Amino acid sequence: MFSLDQWQEILQAIQANKIRTFATAFGVFWGILMLILLLGAGQGLQNGVKQNMMLDAINSIWIIPARTSMAYQGMPAGREHPLMEEDLESVEENVAGIDLMSPENELSGEFDVRYGNRAVSFPVFGADSEYFGIKVSQETVNGRSINRLDDEQRRKVAIIGEQAASVIFDEGVDPVGEYVQIKDVNFRIVGVFSFESSAMDQAQRIYIPFSTFQSVFNTSRDVTLFAVTTAEGMSGQQLEGDIVKFLKQRQTIHPDDNSAYWVHNQEEQHRSVNNLFLAIKIFIWIVGLGTLTAGIVGVSNVMIIIVRERTREIGVRKALGATPASVVGMILQESVFITTVAGYTGLVLGVLLLEGINTALVALGADLQFFNRPEIDLRVALSALGVLVVAGSLAGFVPALKAARVKPAEALRAE
Amino acid sequence: MLRLENIHKSYPMGNQSLHVLKGIDFGVESGELVSIMGASGSGKSTLLNILGILDNQDEGSYILDGTQIDMISETAAAELRNRHIGFIFQSFNLLAFKNAAENVALPLYYQGVRRRKRNAIAVKYLEMVGLADRAEHMPSEMSGGERQRVAIARALIADPSIILADEPTGALDSLTSNEVMQILKDLNDNGKTILIVTHEAEIAEQTKRIIYMRDGKIVEDKSGTGHV
Ligand SMILES: Nc1ncnc2c1ncn2[C@@H]1O[C@H](COP(=O)(O)OP(=O)(O)O)[C@@H](O)[C@H]1O
Ligand SMILES: [Mg+2]
Repeated sequence: MFSLDQWQEILQAIQANKIRTFATAFGVFWGILMLILLLGAGQGLQNGVKQNMMLDAINSIWIIPARTSMAYQGMPAGREHPLMEEDLESVEENVAGIDLMSPENELSGEFDVRYGNRAVSFPVFGADSEYFGIKVSQETVNGRSINRLDDEQRRKVAIIGEQAASVIFDEGVDPVGEYVQIKDVNFRIVGVFSFESSAMDQAQRIYIPFSTFQSVFNTSRDVTLFAVTTAEGMSGQQLEGDIVKFLKQRQTIHPDDNSAYWVHNQEEQHRSVNNLFLAIKIFIWIVGLGTLTAGIVGVSNVMIIIVRERTREIGVRKALGATPASVVGMILQESVFITTVAGYTGLVLGVLLLEGINTALVALGADLQFFNRPEIDLRVALSALGVLVVAGSLAGFVPALKAARVKPAEALRAE
Repeated sequence: MLRLENIHKSYPMGNQSLHVLKGIDFGVESGELVSIMGASGSGKSTLLNILGILDNQDEGSYILDGTQIDMISETAAAELRNRHIGFIFQSFNLLAFKNAAENVALPLYYQGVRRRKRNAIAVKYLEMVGLADRAEHMPSEMSGGERQRVAIARALIADPSIILADEPTGALDSLTSNEVMQILKDLNDNGKTILIVTHEAEIAEQTKRIIYMRDGKIVEDKSGTGHV
């Protein structure tokens, strides 16, 4: 049925009717183009939101002690209750369902990070090796991260954010292996990391092992904040509740005091962000399918017109020996061909446009808070094209069948 | 080679119906040159459409080349039209976007003959009607007489057993009419069976047998007249 000969017949018919071919093609082209751009924009929105909100592992919980808001067992409201290292050890021993856990302290006071005769002010933090499994948006780009041995042996090592490294070290100098002085203590750089979000300048940070931090800079052994991730099968909400309840008991805080700890539960945030994504997706699909439907309706309308216009031609062909099947095949093949070419053109142009927007955004250095890397899942695009082609052929099928059924004598009387 | 018996045909007209053929009986033998004569509206084209299996009769029997033409499938009808019948129409019915050779070759396309081969055959048939140099011309670039000769070549290309022509000279001036009639007569001299529908006496008189129709009936069937 799909012989070279038949292709030549169809190409000839298409060439003979450029305007009606263009009319059919344009509806399909436009439908696919819009769908691609919409899906791409949606993905861009999603990527942007993710970049700004998804800095930590999905299952992480961050806990910072704050002032109490209720008097309890003789102690007044507004009391401070710093966490101590022992508190964290106790949490780790007594609360079930923790996977990773790490404290975080920031070095306070006026100080510079020194290298040679250079002195720059950067924030310095102490954190356990597990910390870097919780802060997933941080990635080692050179050397290594802080490891368990660094923790255990209180090594004087540091990892440094890309941005900080570029300020301290000249171009061409490999920071790994160099020594920097922090408050007159020498630290050997073992790694450089990048930070995924450009919205936050965490790539300026310097991290040293928590154990080293405490023994060198913080002999009072308190902890500003800590983070955990939930173990497999544990819900974030549950773990958050368990830890807070345990800490309240341990730190003698009223069980109903909801202000005693500031808690950031990534899972909760993740859920609301996911809901937002879902809403965006549904919106895009509704609009996209609407456009696609319009394209299909367009195709079927044009196919009906084509068949009407070609009634006499079909009559002639039948008089010369065209079978009903060959008439249906001819119209169907033309419809599928136009739809496919137009749809594919729309798809390619859509992808190119998205790439162009992407390149332009990068080239302009545009840092849109909630828009990043618009892109399209090619499988989705191809299935949309597939749907359209199938719909296009169905749209052509009904009028084609009608044309095949008309008596030749009647068809020859047309127009 | 063909035989009609008691053919009736009506067209629905709103909730009434127009009885156009009211019992037609006749036969055509191989090698005949027959015309069907009658006033406009007497049912000639309707009869020709039935003979060409372009339409079906309401009643009666039609046998073409030994095949009973009722209740045959549309696909079988297409096959019969393709191999056994050549059509010539008053308005030529060439496809505007195909050149002369491609138009002539169309019946062979439906026989699955390859493009190159069928176009080469088409050029031979164009030669036969004196249009060898027009093979690449589009219908819009040709005169009425030339177009009708292209249509004749197309009717002949599949070597059908009968040529059915509906007012083949109806759209032509008298000079080109005569040219076209001469071609048809020559074909008949070479053994082709031809049936011409016309309302012009001058045309009918050039055939060997004239069937007169009036109001859906055959009123006279006159053989052996003035074929020159
Ligand atoms: N498809 C049709 N539907 C309704 N009426 C038709 C149709 N074809 C022909 N007629 C009518 O039938 C009559 C005979 O038509 P036709 O066979 O074309 O006559 P002729 O060819 O002799 O002029 C005319 O009155 C014509 O209007
Ligand atoms: Mg007529």
